Amino acid sequence: MTLFWQILINGFAISSLYALGATGFALIFGVSGVLNLSHGALMVTAVVAAWAAGDSLHVGPVTGAAIGVAIGFAASLLTYFVVVRPLQHTRKIREEEREIFILTATLLWGIMIQQLIAYFYTDNAKTVAPIVQGIMSIAGVSTPSNEVFTAVVCWIVIALLWLLVNRTRAGKAVLAASMNPRGITLLGVELSRVYIAVWAIYGLLVGIAGVLLGMFLGISSYSAGPLTASAFAIVVLGGLGSVPGALIAAYVVGYLETITAYLISPAYRTIPALLLLVAVMYVRPRGLLGRR
Amino acid sequence: MQSLSTARVLLIGLAVIGLAAFLPLWASGYILGLLTLAYYFGVFAMAWDLLFGFAGEVNFGPTFLIGVGAYTAGILDNLYQPPIWLCLAAGTLAAVTGGLVLALPALRLRGPYFGLTTLVAVLILQDFIVVDANLTGGEIGLTVPDVISISAAVNYQIALWFMAVSGAVLFALSRSPVGLILQASGQDAVQAGALGFNVTKHKLTAFVISAFFSGLAGSLMVFYLGSASVGTFIDVTVGVQVIIAAVLGGRRTILGAVLGAIFLIAMSEALRPLGDLSNFVVFTMALVVVLLYPNGFFGLLTRSKEDA
Repeated sequence: MTLFWQILINGFAISSLYALGATGFALIFGVSGVLNLSHGALMVTAVVAAWAAGDSLHVGPVTGAAIGVAIGFAASLLTYFVVVRPLQHTRKIREEEREIFILTATLLWGIMIQQLIAYFYTDNAKTVAPIVQGIMSIAGVSTPSNEVFTAVVCWIVIALLWLLVNRTRAGKAVLAASMNPRGITLLGVELSRVYIAVWAIYGLLVGIAGVLLGMFLGISSYSAGPLTASAFAIVVLGGLGSVPGALIAAYVVGYLETITAYLISPAYRTIPALLLLVAVMYVRPRGLLGRR
Repeated sequence: MQSLSTARVLLIGLAVIGLAAFLPLWASGYILGLLTLAYYFGVFAMAWDLLFGFAGEVNFGPTFLIGVGAYTAGILDNLYQPPIWLCLAAGTLAAVTGGLVLALPALRLRGPYFGLTTLVAVLILQDFIVVDANLTGGEIGLTVPDVISISAAVNYQIALWFMAVSGAVLFALSRSPVGLILQASGQDAVQAGALGFNVTKHKLTAFVISAFFSGLAGSLMVFYLGSASVGTFIDVTVGVQVIIAAVLGGRRTILGAVLGAIFLIAMSEALRPLGDLSNFVVFTMALVVVLLYPNGFFGLLTRSKEDA
Protein backbone atom coordinates (compact mmCIF):
# COMPACT_ATOMS: atom_id res chain seq x y z
CA MET A 1 0.00 0.00 0.00
CA THR A 2 2.88 2.34 0.75
CA LEU A 3 4.22 1.57 -2.71
CA PHE A 4 0.90 2.62 -4.21
CA TRP A 5 1.00 5.98 -2.42
CA GLN A 6 4.65 6.41 -3.28
CA ILE A 7 3.96 5.92 -6.98
CA LEU A 8 0.91 8.16 -6.78
CA ILE A 9 2.80 11.04 -5.13
CA ASN A 10 6.07 10.79 -7.06
CA GLY A 11 4.26 10.29 -10.32
CA PHE A 12 2.11 13.35 -9.67
CA ALA A 13 5.11 15.63 -9.23
CA ILE A 14 6.95 14.45 -12.32
CA SER A 15 3.74 14.47 -14.37
CA SER A 16 3.03 18.07 -13.37
CA LEU A 17 6.48 19.01 -14.59
CA TYR A 18 5.91 17.23 -17.88
CA ALA A 19 2.58 19.02 -18.20
CA LEU A 20 4.20 22.42 -17.74
CA GLY A 21 6.97 21.66 -20.22
CA ALA A 22 4.63 20.22 -22.82
CA THR A 23 2.07 23.03 -22.51
CA GLY A 24 4.50 25.55 -23.96
CA PHE A 25 5.43 23.14 -26.72
CA ALA A 26 1.75 22.59 -27.58
CA LEU A 27 1.05 26.32 -27.50
CA ILE A 28 3.76 27.10 -30.05
CA PHE A 29 2.53 24.40 -32.36
CA GLY A 30 -1.10 25.35 -31.96
CA VAL A 31 -0.51 29.00 -32.78
CA SER A 32 2.29 28.97 -35.35
CA GLY A 33 2.54 25.36 -36.48
CA VAL A 34 6.15 25.19 -35.33
CA LEU A 35 7.52 22.05 -33.73
CA ASN A 36 10.49 23.25 -31.74
CA LEU A 37 12.98 20.42 -31.50
CA SER A 38 15.38 22.55 -29.44
CA HIS A 39 12.86 22.38 -26.58
CA GLY A 40 14.96 20.07 -24.40
CA ALA A 41 18.12 22.08 -25.02
CA LEU A 42 16.31 25.26 -23.90
CA MET A 43 15.20 23.54 -20.69
CA VAL A 44 18.76 22.37 -20.06
CA THR A 45 19.94 25.95 -20.65
CA ALA A 46 17.66 27.16 -17.86
CA VAL A 47 18.89 24.40 -15.52
CA VAL A 48 22.56 25.08 -16.20
CA ALA A 49 22.08 28.84 -15.83
CA ALA A 50 20.39 28.38 -12.45
CA TRP A 51 23.09 25.92 -11.38
CA ALA A 52 25.93 28.16 -12.57
CA ALA A 53 24.42 31.16 -10.77
CA GLY A 54 24.40 29.22 -7.52
CA ASP A 55 27.80 27.65 -8.13
CA SER A 56 29.91 30.59 -9.22
CA LEU A 57 27.95 33.69 -8.18
CA HIS A 58 26.92 32.13 -4.84
CA VAL A 59 23.41 33.55 -4.99
CA GLY A 60 20.54 32.10 -2.99
CA PRO A 61 18.21 29.47 -4.43
CA VAL A 62 15.44 31.98 -5.25
CA THR A 63 17.76 34.36 -7.12
CA GLY A 64 19.40 31.39 -8.85
CA ALA A 65 16.02 30.11 -9.99
CA ALA A 66 15.08 33.59 -11.24
CA ILE A 67 18.31 33.80 -13.24
CA GLY A 68 17.63 30.35 -14.69
CA VAL A 69 14.12 31.35 -15.78
CA ALA A 70 15.42 34.62 -17.25
CA ILE A 71 18.12 32.85 -19.29
CA GLY A 72 15.65 30.21 -20.48
CA PHE A 73 13.32 33.03 -21.53
CA ALA A 74 16.09 34.87 -23.39
CA ALA A 75 17.25 31.67 -25.12
CA SER A 76 13.71 30.96 -26.33
CA LEU A 77 13.31 34.42 -27.84
CA LEU A 78 16.74 34.05 -29.44
CA THR A 79 15.58 30.74 -30.95
CA TYR A 80 12.58 32.47 -32.45
CA PHE A 81 14.46 35.42 -33.91
CA VAL A 82 17.56 33.57 -35.14
CA VAL A 83 16.17 30.26 -36.33
CA VAL A 84 12.40 30.14 -36.68
CA ARG A 85 11.48 33.59 -37.95
CA PRO A 86 13.96 33.66 -40.86
CA LEU A 87 12.67 30.28 -42.04
CA GLN A 88 9.06 31.44 -41.77
CA HIS A 89 9.78 34.40 -44.01
CA THR A 90 12.31 33.11 -46.54
CA ARG A 91 11.19 32.61 -50.13
CA LYS A 92 13.92 30.12 -50.92
CA ILE A 93 11.92 27.27 -49.43
CA ARG A 94 8.70 25.94 -50.85
CA GLU A 95 5.64 26.18 -48.64
CA GLU A 96 5.21 22.43 -48.20
CA GLU A 97 8.85 22.03 -47.13
CA ARG A 98 8.85 24.85 -44.59
CA GLU A 99 7.69 22.70 -41.70
CA ILE A 100 10.42 20.14 -42.33
CA PHE A 101 13.08 22.85 -42.56
CA ILE A 102 11.99 24.31 -39.25
CA LEU A 103 12.18 20.84 -37.71
CA THR A 104 15.70 20.30 -39.05
CA ALA A 105 16.93 23.78 -38.12
CA THR A 106 15.60 23.65 -34.55
CA LEU A 107 17.09 20.17 -34.14
CA LEU A 108 20.47 21.57 -35.25
CA TRP A 109 20.07 24.56 -32.98
CA GLY A 110 19.30 22.30 -30.03
CA ILE A 111 22.42 20.24 -30.63
CA MET A 112 24.50 23.41 -30.90
CA ILE A 113 23.23 24.61 -27.51
CA GLN A 114 23.84 21.15 -26.06
CA GLN A 115 27.43 21.07 -27.25
CA LEU A 116 28.14 24.58 -26.11
CA ILE A 117 26.89 23.68 -22.64
CA ALA A 118 28.95 20.49 -22.62
CA TYR A 119 32.02 22.49 -23.63
CA PHE A 120 31.76 25.20 -21.01
CA TYR A 121 30.11 23.34 -18.15
CA THR A 122 31.03 19.67 -18.94
CA ASP A 123 28.36 17.03 -19.42
CA ASN A 124 28.12 16.12 -15.74
CA ALA A 125 24.65 16.12 -14.24
CA LYS A 126 23.76 19.33 -12.43
CA THR A 127 21.24 19.82 -9.66
CA VAL A 128 19.74 23.20 -8.83
CA ALA A 129 19.53 24.12 -5.14
CA PRO A 130 15.86 23.59 -4.20
CA ILE A 131 13.90 26.60 -2.94
CA VAL A 132 11.98 24.48 -0.45
CA GLN A 133 13.86 21.96 1.63
CA GLY A 134 12.91 19.29 4.12
CA ILE A 135 10.63 16.30 4.11
CA MET A 136 6.96 16.04 4.84
CA SER A 137 4.68 13.06 5.31
CA ILE A 138 1.71 12.54 3.02
CA ALA A 139 -0.51 9.50 3.63
CA GLY A 140 2.36 7.86 5.50
CA VAL A 141 4.86 8.39 2.69
CA SER A 142 7.75 10.68 3.49
CA THR A 143 8.02 13.02 0.52
CA PRO A 144 10.53 15.77 -0.13
CA SER A 145 8.70 19.09 0.28
CA ASN A 146 10.34 20.10 -2.97
CA GLU A 147 8.13 17.63 -4.85
CA VAL A 148 4.99 19.21 -3.41
CA PHE A 149 6.35 22.66 -4.19
CA THR A 150 7.04 21.60 -7.79
CA ALA A 151 3.51 20.30 -8.33
CA VAL A 152 1.95 23.40 -6.76
CA VAL A 153 4.05 25.84 -8.81
CA CYS A 154 3.33 23.93 -12.01
CA TRP A 155 -0.41 24.10 -11.46
CA ILE A 156 -0.34 27.77 -10.48
CA VAL A 157 1.55 28.58 -13.69
CA ILE A 158 -0.81 26.47 -15.80
CA ALA A 159 -3.81 28.20 -14.17
CA LEU A 160 -2.27 31.62 -14.85
CA LEU A 161 -1.71 30.63 -18.45
CA TRP A 162 -5.35 29.56 -18.72
CA LEU A 163 -6.47 32.93 -17.31
CA LEU A 164 -4.15 34.77 -19.67
CA VAL A 165 -5.43 32.97 -22.74
CA ASN A 166 -9.12 33.04 -21.87
CA ARG A 167 -9.55 36.26 -19.93
CA THR A 168 -7.23 38.89 -21.42
CA ARG A 169 -7.39 40.63 -24.78
CA ALA A 170 -3.85 39.66 -25.77
CA GLY A 171 -4.54 36.07 -24.77
CA LYS A 172 -7.72 35.99 -26.84
CA ALA A 173 -5.71 37.20 -29.83
CA VAL A 174 -3.38 34.24 -29.31
CA LEU A 175 -6.33 31.88 -29.08
CA ALA A 176 -7.86 33.36 -32.23
CA ALA A 177 -4.55 33.06 -34.08
CA SER A 178 -4.45 29.37 -33.28
CA MET A 179 -7.91 28.95 -34.79
CA ASN A 180 -7.53 31.05 -37.90
CA PRO A 181 -4.35 33.05 -38.54
CA ARG A 182 -5.68 34.73 -41.65
CA GLY A 183 -8.89 35.79 -39.96
CA ILE A 184 -7.04 37.54 -37.19
CA THR A 185 -4.88 39.55 -39.59
CA LEU A 186 -8.11 40.75 -41.24
CA LEU A 187 -9.18 42.03 -37.84
CA GLY A 188 -6.09 44.20 -37.74
CA VAL A 189 -3.95 42.17 -35.36
CA GLU A 190 -0.28 41.96 -36.33
CA LEU A 191 0.39 38.24 -36.60
CA SER A 192 4.11 38.53 -35.95
CA ARG A 193 3.34 40.27 -32.64
CA VAL A 194 1.18 37.34 -31.66
CA TYR A 195 4.05 35.00 -32.50
CA ILE A 196 6.47 37.03 -30.39
CA ALA A 197 3.99 36.99 -27.52
CA VAL A 198 3.61 33.22 -27.81
CA TRP A 199 7.35 32.66 -27.84
CA ALA A 200 7.70 34.92 -24.81
CA ILE A 201 5.09 32.89 -22.93
CA TYR A 202 6.81 29.72 -24.11
CA GLY A 203 10.15 31.06 -22.87
CA LEU A 204 8.76 31.63 -19.40
CA LEU A 205 7.19 28.17 -19.30
CA VAL A 206 10.40 26.52 -20.49
CA GLY A 207 12.45 28.47 -17.96
CA ILE A 208 10.18 27.60 -15.05
CA ALA A 209 9.81 23.95 -16.08
CA GLY A 210 13.55 23.65 -16.58
CA VAL A 211 14.52 25.14 -13.24
CA LEU A 212 11.95 23.03 -11.38
CA LEU A 213 13.20 19.92 -13.16
CA GLY A 214 16.74 20.80 -12.14
CA MET A 215 15.65 20.92 -8.48
CA PHE A 216 14.01 17.54 -8.89
CA LEU A 217 16.53 15.53 -10.92
CA GLY A 218 20.14 15.91 -12.01
CA ILE A 219 20.19 17.31 -15.54
CA SER A 220 23.11 17.10 -17.95
CA SER A 221 23.56 18.27 -21.52
CA TYR A 222 22.68 14.70 -22.56
CA SER A 223 19.16 15.24 -21.21
CA ALA A 224 18.30 17.62 -24.06
CA GLY A 225 17.34 14.88 -26.54
CA PRO A 226 15.19 12.79 -24.18
CA LEU A 227 13.49 15.95 -22.84
CA THR A 228 12.54 17.03 -26.35
CA ALA A 229 11.37 13.52 -27.13
CA SER A 230 9.18 13.30 -24.03
CA ALA A 231 7.61 16.71 -24.68
CA PHE A 232 7.05 15.76 -28.30
CA ALA A 233 5.62 12.39 -27.27
CA ILE A 234 3.26 13.97 -24.75
CA VAL A 235 2.04 16.55 -27.21
CA VAL A 236 1.46 14.01 -29.96
CA LEU A 237 -0.24 11.65 -27.54
CA GLY A 238 -2.56 14.44 -26.43
CA GLY A 239 -3.13 15.68 -29.95
CA LEU A 240 -0.89 18.30 -31.54
CA GLY A 241 -1.97 21.80 -30.65
CA SER A 242 -4.40 20.75 -27.92
CA VAL A 243 -3.34 22.04 -24.52
CA PRO A 244 -5.91 20.03 -22.51
CA GLY A 245 -4.82 16.92 -24.43
CA ALA A 246 -1.21 17.63 -23.56
CA LEU A 247 -2.11 17.94 -19.86
CA ILE A 248 -3.86 14.57 -19.82
CA ALA A 249 -1.07 12.93 -21.83
CA ALA A 250 1.54 14.36 -19.46
CA TYR A 251 -0.06 12.45 -16.59
CA VAL A 252 -0.38 9.26 -18.64
CA VAL A 253 3.30 9.38 -19.59
CA GLY A 254 4.48 10.54 -16.17
CA TYR A 255 2.66 7.76 -14.34
CA LEU A 256 3.60 5.12 -16.88
CA GLU A 257 7.26 6.02 -16.40
CA THR A 258 7.00 6.08 -12.63
CA ILE A 259 5.19 2.74 -12.49
CA THR A 260 7.80 1.17 -14.77
CA ALA A 261 10.65 2.59 -12.73
CA TYR A 262 9.18 1.31 -9.45
CA LEU A 263 7.79 -2.06 -10.50
CA ILE A 264 10.12 -3.23 -13.29
CA SER A 265 13.43 -1.37 -13.39
CA PRO A 266 14.54 2.25 -13.70
CA ALA A 267 16.56 1.16 -16.76
CA TYR A 268 13.33 0.58 -18.69
CA ARG A 269 11.76 3.83 -17.50
CA THR A 270 11.13 5.46 -20.88
CA ILE A 271 10.35 2.39 -23.01
CA PRO A 272 6.63 1.72 -22.22
CA ALA A 273 5.70 5.35 -22.85
CA LEU A 274 7.45 5.29 -26.22
CA LEU A 275 5.72 2.02 -27.16
CA LEU A 276 2.37 3.46 -26.08
CA LEU A 277 3.04 6.46 -28.27
CA VAL A 278 3.73 4.30 -31.32
CA ALA A 279 0.59 2.27 -30.59
CA VAL A 280 -1.57 5.39 -30.23
CA MET A 281 -0.23 6.82 -33.47
CA TYR A 282 -1.05 3.59 -35.22
CA VAL A 283 -4.63 3.48 -33.96
CA ARG A 284 -5.43 7.17 -33.66
CA PRO A 285 -2.83 9.37 -35.37
CA ARG A 286 -4.34 12.64 -34.24
CA GLY A 287 -3.91 11.81 -30.58
CA LEU A 288 -6.36 11.81 -27.71
CA LEU A 289 -7.90 15.26 -28.22
CA GLY A 290 -6.35 16.26 -31.53
CA ARG A 291 -8.20 18.41 -34.00
CA ARG A 292 -6.53 17.37 -37.21
CA MET B 1 22.26 19.21 -62.72
CA GLN B 2 18.64 18.88 -63.79
CA SER B 3 19.61 19.67 -67.38
CA LEU B 4 22.16 16.86 -67.64
CA SER B 5 20.92 13.50 -68.84
CA THR B 6 21.07 10.54 -66.50
CA ALA B 7 23.60 8.74 -68.67
CA ARG B 8 25.90 11.76 -68.76
CA VAL B 9 25.81 12.26 -65.00
CA LEU B 10 26.62 8.58 -64.50
CA LEU B 11 29.53 8.87 -66.95
CA ILE B 12 30.93 11.92 -65.17
CA GLY B 13 30.45 10.10 -61.88
CA LEU B 14 32.29 7.07 -63.20
CA ALA B 15 35.19 9.26 -64.33
CA VAL B 16 35.43 10.86 -60.86
CA ILE B 17 35.26 7.46 -59.18
CA GLY B 18 37.91 6.15 -61.57
CA LEU B 19 40.22 8.98 -60.58
CA ALA B 20 39.44 8.44 -56.88
CA ALA B 21 40.36 4.77 -57.27
CA PHE B 22 43.99 5.79 -57.92
CA LEU B 23 44.17 7.78 -54.70
CA PRO B 24 45.76 4.95 -52.65
CA LEU B 25 48.87 5.21 -54.90
CA TRP B 26 49.94 8.42 -53.23
CA ALA B 27 47.60 9.33 -50.36
CA SER B 28 48.53 8.36 -46.80
CA GLY B 29 46.65 5.71 -44.83
CA TYR B 30 45.26 8.46 -42.65
CA ILE B 31 43.56 10.25 -45.54
CA LEU B 32 42.30 6.95 -46.95
CA GLY B 33 40.79 6.09 -43.56
CA LEU B 34 38.94 9.39 -43.43
CA LEU B 35 37.64 9.01 -46.96
CA THR B 36 36.55 5.43 -46.27
CA LEU B 37 34.36 6.71 -43.45
CA ALA B 38 33.14 9.58 -45.60
CA TYR B 39 32.10 7.18 -48.37
CA TYR B 40 30.03 5.05 -45.99
CA PHE B 41 28.54 8.23 -44.63
CA GLY B 42 27.81 9.28 -48.19
CA VAL B 43 25.73 6.13 -48.67
CA PHE B 44 23.80 6.84 -45.46
CA ALA B 45 23.10 10.36 -46.68
CA MET B 46 22.09 9.28 -50.20
CA ALA B 47 19.70 6.69 -48.80
CA TRP B 48 18.22 9.40 -46.61
CA ASP B 49 17.89 11.81 -49.51
CA LEU B 50 15.81 9.29 -51.44
CA LEU B 51 13.25 9.40 -48.63
CA PHE B 52 13.32 13.11 -47.86
CA GLY B 53 14.21 14.73 -51.15
CA PHE B 54 11.93 12.55 -53.23
CA ALA B 55 9.27 10.98 -51.07
CA GLY B 56 9.12 14.15 -48.92
CA GLU B 57 9.25 12.13 -45.71
CA VAL B 58 11.61 13.43 -43.07
CA ASN B 59 13.20 10.40 -41.46
CA PHE B 60 14.78 11.45 -38.17
CA GLY B 61 15.83 7.89 -37.60
CA PRO B 62 18.34 7.03 -40.34
CA THR B 63 20.40 5.56 -37.53
CA PHE B 64 17.60 3.13 -36.71
CA LEU B 65 18.14 1.41 -40.07
CA ILE B 66 21.93 1.80 -39.91
CA GLY B 67 22.07 0.61 -36.32
CA VAL B 68 19.86 -2.44 -36.83
CA GLY B 69 22.05 -3.49 -39.76
CA ALA B 70 25.32 -2.79 -38.00
CA TYR B 71 24.41 -4.45 -34.73
CA THR B 72 22.83 -7.52 -36.35
CA ALA B 73 25.97 -8.12 -38.41
CA GLY B 74 28.23 -7.42 -35.44
CA ILE B 75 26.36 -9.59 -32.93
CA LEU B 76 26.12 -12.49 -35.37
CA ASP B 77 29.85 -12.36 -36.01
CA ASN B 78 30.57 -12.02 -32.33
CA LEU B 79 28.52 -15.10 -31.41
CA TYR B 80 29.15 -17.59 -34.22
CA GLN B 81 31.84 -16.19 -36.55
CA PRO B 82 30.11 -17.23 -39.78
CA PRO B 83 31.61 -16.06 -43.10
CA ILE B 84 31.53 -12.30 -43.28
CA TRP B 85 29.25 -12.19 -46.31
CA LEU B 86 26.63 -14.03 -44.28
CA CYS B 87 26.85 -11.38 -41.54
CA LEU B 88 26.49 -8.65 -44.16
CA ALA B 89 23.45 -10.36 -45.65
CA ALA B 90 21.90 -10.85 -42.22
CA GLY B 91 22.53 -7.22 -41.29
CA THR B 92 20.97 -5.96 -44.51
CA LEU B 93 18.01 -8.28 -44.15
CA ALA B 94 17.48 -7.14 -40.57
CA ALA B 95 17.59 -3.48 -41.62
CA VAL B 96 15.05 -4.09 -44.39
CA THR B 97 12.79 -5.99 -41.99
CA GLY B 98 13.21 -3.29 -39.35
CA GLY B 99 12.46 -0.69 -42.00
CA LEU B 100 9.25 -2.49 -42.97
CA VAL B 101 8.12 -2.84 -39.36
CA LEU B 102 8.80 0.84 -38.80
CA ALA B 103 7.40 2.07 -42.10
CA LEU B 104 4.12 0.19 -42.16
CA PRO B 105 2.61 2.10 -39.23
CA ALA B 106 4.71 5.24 -39.71
CA LEU B 107 3.78 5.85 -43.34
CA ARG B 108 0.14 6.14 -42.39
CA LEU B 109 1.20 9.35 -40.69
CA ARG B 110 2.06 12.64 -42.30
CA GLY B 111 4.93 15.11 -41.84
CA PRO B 112 5.87 15.67 -38.22
CA TYR B 113 4.12 12.53 -36.98
CA PHE B 114 6.23 10.41 -39.29
CA GLY B 115 9.36 12.24 -38.16
CA LEU B 116 8.48 11.63 -34.53
CA THR B 117 7.86 7.92 -35.02
CA THR B 118 11.25 7.49 -36.62
CA LEU B 119 12.89 9.51 -33.83
CA VAL B 120 11.15 7.35 -31.23
CA ALA B 121 12.36 4.21 -33.03
CA VAL B 122 15.94 5.37 -32.55
CA LEU B 123 15.39 6.06 -28.86
CA ILE B 124 13.79 2.63 -28.32
CA LEU B 125 16.63 0.89 -30.15
CA GLN B 126 19.18 2.82 -28.10
CA ASP B 127 17.41 1.88 -24.86
CA PHE B 128 17.40 -1.80 -25.79
CA ILE B 129 21.05 -1.81 -26.76
CA VAL B 130 22.08 -0.15 -23.52
CA VAL B 131 19.88 -2.47 -21.42
CA ASP B 132 20.84 -5.74 -23.18
CA ALA B 133 24.49 -5.16 -22.42
CA ASN B 134 25.56 -8.83 -22.36
CA LEU B 135 24.52 -9.26 -25.99
CA THR B 136 25.28 -5.83 -27.42
CA GLY B 137 28.12 -4.58 -25.26
CA GLY B 138 25.84 -1.87 -23.88
CA GLU B 139 27.26 1.60 -23.58
CA ILE B 140 30.84 0.40 -23.97
CA GLY B 141 30.24 -1.04 -27.40
CA LEU B 142 30.61 -4.30 -29.24
CA THR B 143 33.93 -5.63 -30.49
CA VAL B 144 33.78 -7.69 -33.66
CA PRO B 145 36.38 -10.48 -33.98
CA ASP B 146 36.63 -10.30 -37.79
CA VAL B 147 37.46 -7.49 -40.16
CA ILE B 148 37.28 -7.60 -43.94
CA SER B 149 40.84 -6.43 -44.37
CA ILE B 150 43.48 -4.63 -42.39
CA SER B 151 44.84 -2.87 -45.45
CA ALA B 152 43.73 0.76 -45.66
CA ALA B 153 43.89 0.64 -49.45
CA VAL B 154 41.61 -2.42 -49.70
CA ASN B 155 39.10 -0.93 -47.27
CA TYR B 156 39.21 2.29 -49.23
CA GLN B 157 38.46 0.52 -52.52
CA ILE B 158 35.59 -1.46 -50.99
CA ALA B 159 34.00 1.70 -49.62
CA LEU B 160 34.59 3.62 -52.83
CA TRP B 161 33.04 1.03 -55.13
CA PHE B 162 30.23 0.28 -52.75
CA MET B 163 29.41 3.97 -52.69
CA ALA B 164 29.71 4.17 -56.48
CA VAL B 165 27.29 1.30 -57.05
CA SER B 166 24.83 2.54 -54.41
CA GLY B 167 25.02 6.06 -55.82
CA ALA B 168 24.41 4.83 -59.37
CA VAL B 169 21.42 2.71 -58.33
CA LEU B 170 19.87 5.42 -56.17
CA PHE B 171 20.50 8.12 -58.75
CA ALA B 172 19.09 6.07 -61.62
CA LEU B 173 16.09 5.27 -59.45
CA SER B 174 15.52 8.94 -58.66
CA ARG B 175 15.56 9.75 -62.37
CA SER B 176 13.27 6.86 -63.27
CA PRO B 177 9.45 7.02 -63.44
CA VAL B 178 9.42 5.67 -59.87
CA GLY B 179 11.47 8.69 -58.78
CA LEU B 180 9.01 11.03 -60.47
CA ILE B 181 6.05 9.35 -58.79
CA LEU B 182 7.85 9.59 -55.45
CA GLN B 183 8.48 13.28 -56.03
CA ALA B 184 4.84 13.82 -56.93
CA SER B 185 3.68 11.95 -53.81
CA GLY B 186 6.03 14.03 -51.69
CA GLN B 187 4.74 17.32 -53.04
CA ASP B 188 1.04 16.56 -53.14
CA ALA B 189 0.04 13.12 -51.98
CA VAL B 190 -3.67 13.69 -52.67
CA GLN B 191 -3.15 14.71 -56.28
CA ALA B 192 -0.65 11.93 -56.90
CA GLY B 193 -3.22 9.50 -55.53
CA ALA B 194 -5.92 11.04 -57.71
CA LEU B 195 -3.72 10.40 -60.75
CA GLY B 196 -3.94 6.73 -59.90
CA PHE B 197 -0.56 6.19 -58.25
CA ASN B 198 -0.41 4.09 -55.13
CA VAL B 199 1.35 6.64 -52.92
CA THR B 200 1.81 4.38 -49.90
CA LYS B 201 3.22 1.54 -51.98
CA HIS B 202 5.78 3.82 -53.59
CA LYS B 203 6.80 5.42 -50.32
CA LEU B 204 7.12 1.99 -48.77
CA THR B 205 9.36 0.93 -51.65
CA ALA B 206 11.50 4.03 -51.11
CA PHE B 207 11.75 3.23 -47.42
CA VAL B 208 12.77 -0.37 -48.07
CA ILE B 209 15.41 0.69 -50.61
CA SER B 210 16.68 3.29 -48.17
CA ALA B 211 16.79 0.61 -45.47
CA PHE B 212 18.64 -1.81 -47.77
CA PHE B 213 21.48 0.61 -48.49
CA SER B 214 21.63 1.98 -44.95
CA GLY B 215 21.76 -1.52 -43.48
CA LEU B 216 24.38 -2.81 -45.90
CA ALA B 217 26.52 0.30 -45.40
CA GLY B 218 26.15 -0.02 -41.64
CA SER B 219 27.19 -3.70 -41.68
CA LEU B 220 30.18 -2.98 -43.93
CA MET B 221 31.24 -0.16 -41.64
CA VAL B 222 31.18 -2.49 -38.61
CA PHE B 223 33.67 -4.77 -40.34
CA TYR B 224 35.78 -1.81 -41.30
CA LEU B 225 35.89 -0.34 -37.79
CA GLY B 226 36.01 -3.70 -36.02
CA SER B 227 33.55 -2.43 -33.44
CA ALA B 228 30.04 -1.08 -33.03
CA SER B 229 28.90 1.42 -30.43
CA VAL B 230 25.85 3.55 -29.79
CA GLY B 231 27.95 6.67 -30.25
CA THR B 232 29.11 5.75 -33.78
CA PHE B 233 25.99 4.11 -35.20
CA ILE B 234 22.82 5.00 -33.33
CA ASP B 235 23.00 8.21 -31.35
CA VAL B 236 20.61 10.94 -32.54
CA THR B 237 23.66 13.14 -33.21
CA VAL B 238 24.87 10.63 -35.81
CA GLY B 239 21.46 10.70 -37.45
CA VAL B 240 21.55 14.48 -37.52
CA GLN B 241 24.97 14.35 -39.18
CA VAL B 242 23.53 12.13 -41.91
CA ILE B 243 20.72 14.63 -42.39
CA ILE B 244 23.15 17.55 -42.45
CA ALA B 245 25.31 15.82 -45.06
CA ALA B 246 22.29 15.37 -47.33
CA VAL B 247 20.98 18.91 -46.80
CA LEU B 248 24.45 20.49 -47.21
CA GLY B 249 24.97 18.63 -50.47
CA GLY B 250 21.56 19.63 -51.72
CA ARG B 251 18.27 17.85 -51.35
CA ARG B 252 16.79 15.99 -54.27
CA THR B 253 20.18 15.48 -55.90
CA ILE B 254 21.23 12.12 -54.35
CA LEU B 255 24.83 12.63 -55.49
CA GLY B 256 25.13 15.92 -53.59
CA ALA B 257 24.81 13.90 -50.40
CA VAL B 258 28.25 12.37 -51.04
CA LEU B 259 29.79 15.83 -51.35
CA GLY B 260 28.06 16.81 -48.11
CA ALA B 261 29.39 13.72 -46.34
CA ILE B 262 32.99 14.26 -47.51
CA PHE B 263 32.76 17.91 -46.53
CA LEU B 264 31.36 17.04 -43.12
CA ILE B 265 34.04 14.44 -42.30
CA ALA B 266 36.84 16.67 -43.66
CA MET B 267 35.53 19.64 -41.66
CA SER B 268 35.31 17.82 -38.34
CA GLU B 269 38.84 16.50 -38.94
CA ALA B 270 40.22 19.93 -39.88
CA LEU B 271 38.60 21.49 -36.83
CA ARG B 272 39.92 18.79 -34.49
CA PRO B 273 42.39 21.26 -32.86
CA LEU B 274 39.34 23.05 -31.45
CA GLY B 275 38.61 19.93 -29.38
CA ASP B 276 35.07 19.53 -28.18
CA LEU B 277 34.12 22.79 -29.83
CA SER B 278 34.73 21.39 -33.34
CA ASN B 279 31.31 19.73 -33.56
CA PHE B 280 29.71 22.98 -32.47
CA VAL B 281 31.38 24.83 -35.34
CA VAL B 282 30.33 22.16 -37.86
CA PHE B 283 26.71 22.31 -36.66
CA THR B 284 26.76 26.11 -36.75
CA MET B 285 27.95 26.04 -40.34
CA ALA B 286 25.23 23.55 -41.19
CA LEU B 287 22.59 25.79 -39.60
CA VAL B 288 23.86 28.78 -41.59
CA VAL B 289 23.59 26.77 -44.80
CA VAL B 290 20.07 25.63 -43.90
CA LEU B 291 19.02 29.20 -43.12
CA LEU B 292 20.70 30.99 -46.03
CA TYR B 293 21.21 28.41 -48.78
CA PRO B 294 18.50 25.81 -48.26
CA ASN B 295 19.34 24.16 -51.59
CA GLY B 296 22.87 23.19 -50.56
CA PHE B 297 26.08 22.93 -52.62
CA PHE B 298 24.39 21.53 -55.71
CA GLY B 299 21.73 24.19 -55.32
CA LEU B 300 24.44 26.88 -55.51
CA LEU B 301 25.77 25.40 -58.74
CA THR B 302 22.37 25.44 -60.41
CA ARG B 303 21.02 28.51 -58.73
CA SER B 304 20.34 30.45 -61.91
CA LYS B 305 18.25 27.64 -63.39
CA GLU B 306 16.05 26.71 -60.52
CA ASP B 307 14.26 29.43 -58.65
CA ALA B 308 12.77 27.47 -55.80
